[in-house]
Amino acid sequence: MGENKVFSVSKVWKGVQSHYCPGCTHGIIHRLVCEAIDELGIQDRTIGIAPVGCSVLMHAYLDVDFIEAAHGRAPAVATGMKAVRPDCMVFAYQGDGDLASIGMGEIVHAVNRGRPLTFIFVNNAIYGMTGGQMAPTTLIGQKATTAPRGRDIPTYGYPIGMSEMLAKLKTPAYIERVTVAQPKYIMKAKQAILKAFRNQVENKGVSFVEVLSTCPTNWGKLPLDACKWVIDAMMPEYPLGVFRDFDA
Amino acid sequence: MPKMLMKGTEAIAEAAIQAGCHHFFGYPITPQNEIPEYMSAHLPEVGGLFTQAESEVASINMVMGAGSTGYRVMTTSSSPGISLMAEGMSYISFAEIPVVIVNVSRGGPGLGNILPSQSDYYQATKGAGHGDYNIIVLAPNNLQEAVDLTQDAFDMSQKYRMIAMILSDGFMGQMMEAVEINPRKAEDPVVNKDWGLGFMKERGKRHLALSMQLNPDMCEAHNIHLQAKYAKIKENEQRWEHYMLDDAELVISSYGTTSRICYSAILNLREAGYRVGMIRPITLWPFPAKGFENLPKSVKKILDIEMSASFQMLDDVKLATGCKYPYETFGRSGGNAPSVREVEDACKKALKN
Repeated sequence: MGENKVFSVSKVWKGVQSHYCPGCTHGIIHRLVCEAIDELGIQDRTIGIAPVGCSVLMHAYLDVDFIEAAHGRAPAVATGMKAVRPDCMVFAYQGDGDLASIGMGEIVHAVNRGRPLTFIFVNNAIYGMTGGQMAPTTLIGQKATTAPRGRDIPTYGYPIGMSEMLAKLKTPAYIERVTVAQPKYIMKAKQAILKAFRNQVENKGVSFVEVLSTCPTNWGKLPLDACKWVIDAMMPEYPLGVFRDFDA
Repeated sequence: MPKMLMKGTEAIAEAAIQAGCHHFFGYPITPQNEIPEYMSAHLPEVGGLFTQAESEVASINMVMGAGSTGYRVMTTSSSPGISLMAEGMSYISFAEIPVVIVNVSRGGPGLGNILPSQSDYYQATKGAGHGDYNIIVLAPNNLQEAVDLTQDAFDMSQKYRMIAMILSDGFMGQMMEAVEINPRKAEDPVVNKDWGLGFMKERGKRHLALSMQLNPDMCEAHNIHLQAKYAKIKENEQRWEHYMLDDAELVISSYGTTSRICYSAILNLREAGYRVGMIRPITLWPFPAKGFENLPKSVKKILDIEMSASFQMLDDVKLATGCKYPYETFGRSGGNAPSVREVEDACKKALKN
């Protein structure tokens, strides 16, 4: 009986050790992006856009062309690139501080223009790289270094559901919220990210995948507790699901 | 192409298209709206794409993304919009991406007004954004020169992989003159596959357009590399015009629209026997210090004339001349331009003092 290879690491992954904290789920989401690029065979015509935030060094981990955008500006950079190189697959990978706060304008207009682009939005309800400050996505009552008594509604309003908000626009081709907090959810997240890239390959318009993610360090939780908190606390505020799918 | 009567903004737009710029990103702001309007009408004819951005913040980041692929790209705006682009200009400078920017400047600070002004000299030449960087700044004073410098800006930005800006003003943008616009053969290929993103297949390896370096030694090394590039530009790219300088007692320093007014005043003054000349910087960065070297022995004084309340170019004039002359200033600001008569009076007063 010959050997049957059942798994190999994506060739898009550069095989270096990442800087992410133990229990952070950026690594899983990076891997799903790598596998999507691999499975679609688009490595040599993919351009990634690294954001400002914990994934600012994403270019060090994925072996594709990369540019580094200013905080929040990745969707504008992506729009410029795709205008000139419609033959390239352009994706931006942004956190919640980057996309939902400082970059709110850029993402809304990029999604509304609907040009074929892929957006991976990693929502962990906090600013990670700067050390745990409140984000627009921080939950009511959730403590942050700039909300030591917890986020309150009279001062900051409710958390922003980006997927719900963007799904109010008529243009987007595909919007789904997934998580990577448990293996069963990871399989679903993989399909969503793959679809978001495949849509661009097939010139189907703009795709947006929101991934509920962890931040054990700034949440002050053990990795497993952090995954549990995503399911117990984040998912009621940010329900998983498909908000838009032109194919369906 | 035969000579045509064109408005400044439209001449700049057509010059850009003829220089190989087929992608434009911009946001409406007066007095430069004819450029995005012209681009939206004519880029499709050359297979290009016009994009109206949601803000100048988005425009500059769109040209950053588009320029990173190696193609020739441009954005245009007016003073307040350029302020919003400052962040992006800093990132583009670190990442060494060729981008052309046109500022059809207006009165400031703040919303100011929509009339011509030269109060963006500091912003253009001293760095609008953060960090140790410079951009090439070209200041035309007639529309044929605006056409030629726009096309030069594309060549220079590609050659040095950096931002090249046309600093004009509302007069240059709105006036009409006869211009000849020809296709510009690119010095470098329009598409640069050595470093353009999206050419991993052709290159055999990826390229990174980074705007950060966490390692202080490597960040310092990158800064030293940038400074060496800027030093080369300072050595090679200074441009200026000497006007009736040979026996001048009074030398006017002036650029752009104001220098046009000074030509007329100097001719009138010369006719009346006053020995007045002018040095007109054409590159504002690199500042043409060479143009201020070895001035005739007849020169007794320098009179800086600008449409600026703070005479922003004067510092550079003083540095270039070693602070060895008496200096006077004259100008109008807030959207006003000096009249020929006012310039003549200012020159006579300076000669008498």
